[in-house]
Amino acid sequence: MRLITHNMLKCHVKNCDNPDKQFPLRFKGAELEQVEAERNDEFLVRMIPRLDWRALLVTAKELGIELPENIPEDPENDDAFLQALHTAILETHVKEGTMVCNGCNHEYKITKGIPNMLLAEHEI
Amino acid sequence: MKLKQLEGYLGEVAAFKNPKVQLEQYPTTAHLAARVLYTAESTFGDIDGKAVVDLGCGCGMLSIAAAMMGACSVVGIDVDSDALEIAQENIEEFEVEEVVELMQASLCHEAASAGSLELDNQLVTPMKGKFDTAILNPPFGTKPGNKGIDVLFLQAACSMATGAVYSLHKTSTRDYLVKKAESWGFECDVLAELKFDVPMMYKFHKKKAVDIEVDLLRLQPKRKQV
Repeated sequence: MRLITHNMLKCHVKNCDNPDKQFPLRFKGAELEQVEAERNDEFLVRMIPRLDWRALLVTAKELGIELPENIPEDPENDDAFLQALHTAILETHVKEGTMVCNGCNHEYKITKGIPNMLLAEHEI
Repeated sequence: MKLKQLEGYLGEVAAFKNPKVQLEQYPTTAHLAARVLYTAESTFGDIDGKAVVDLGCGCGMLSIAAAMMGACSVVGIDVDSDALEIAQENIEEFEVEEVVELMQASLCHEAASAGSLELDNQLVTPMKGKFDTAILNPPFGTKPGNKGIDVLFLQAACSMATGAVYSLHKTSTRDYLVKKAESWGFECDVLAELKFDVPMMYKFHKKKAVDIEVDLLRLQPKRKQV
């Protein structure tokens, strides 16, 4: 699972609804792998407004990934920014670990790079 | 990549080992997947350089086809661990790990009024508008307890994609789906009429093969009238 996808995962346990706590999901015991991917600047620039930047920064800090605090005014011409963004959201894969909800403490496992968002019956 | 080339490569995608009846697991053929993704890109430009989501990805046939047609990022979502295991093997075989990732999730759950399904909005809403294009060969809702699942998958797809949605549905549901699409603010075109040749995969299948009439639909948000 790459960080671009983690950025769209919120805790969805029944009655867990504190927006500050249920997103982003906090990583526990995350094993990372960098997988090189071809960079497409047009794609990156288009994705920027779809990212929750605040959440991405929280997660990047958690995992020790370099990411600038602010999005530049003119990202399409900022090579350093685009490279950092590309590496963070498309090349950083979480292979194993858990994602924890800070609100209800529910844990979602990640196994072989696949996050498991399934819930038990009482959590639905 | 040419259509025939794509179809040739996709012929190597492994299918379900033990398909589950309740989940309506039928493999999407290489022939069909190649045509859907080739058309989506060559006619509409909906795949190359795009963020794509594959709902009910199964063994990953459509996801891999999307990667081969130039998608920058593909997320395949399915509920079944066994299917996802095969999808992961396929991704590694085809060396598309840099583009395709998988997620295990259930898009639907039983509504409070038991006996009907509804979308898990808490899961789906945060994914709204995060993708350019959605591709799906959803369950048709023919199994007990799954009625309407085809509509829910289509609805989720329309929410997640900002651009086009490519989906396969029984021709018998066409009029209903066109109306539904309109109510969501989408225009819906039938790109092709197909016959799904469902071979005798399950013990309860009496005939050698059954032909189901299926539409390949393309939905896109309606242009706002000025």
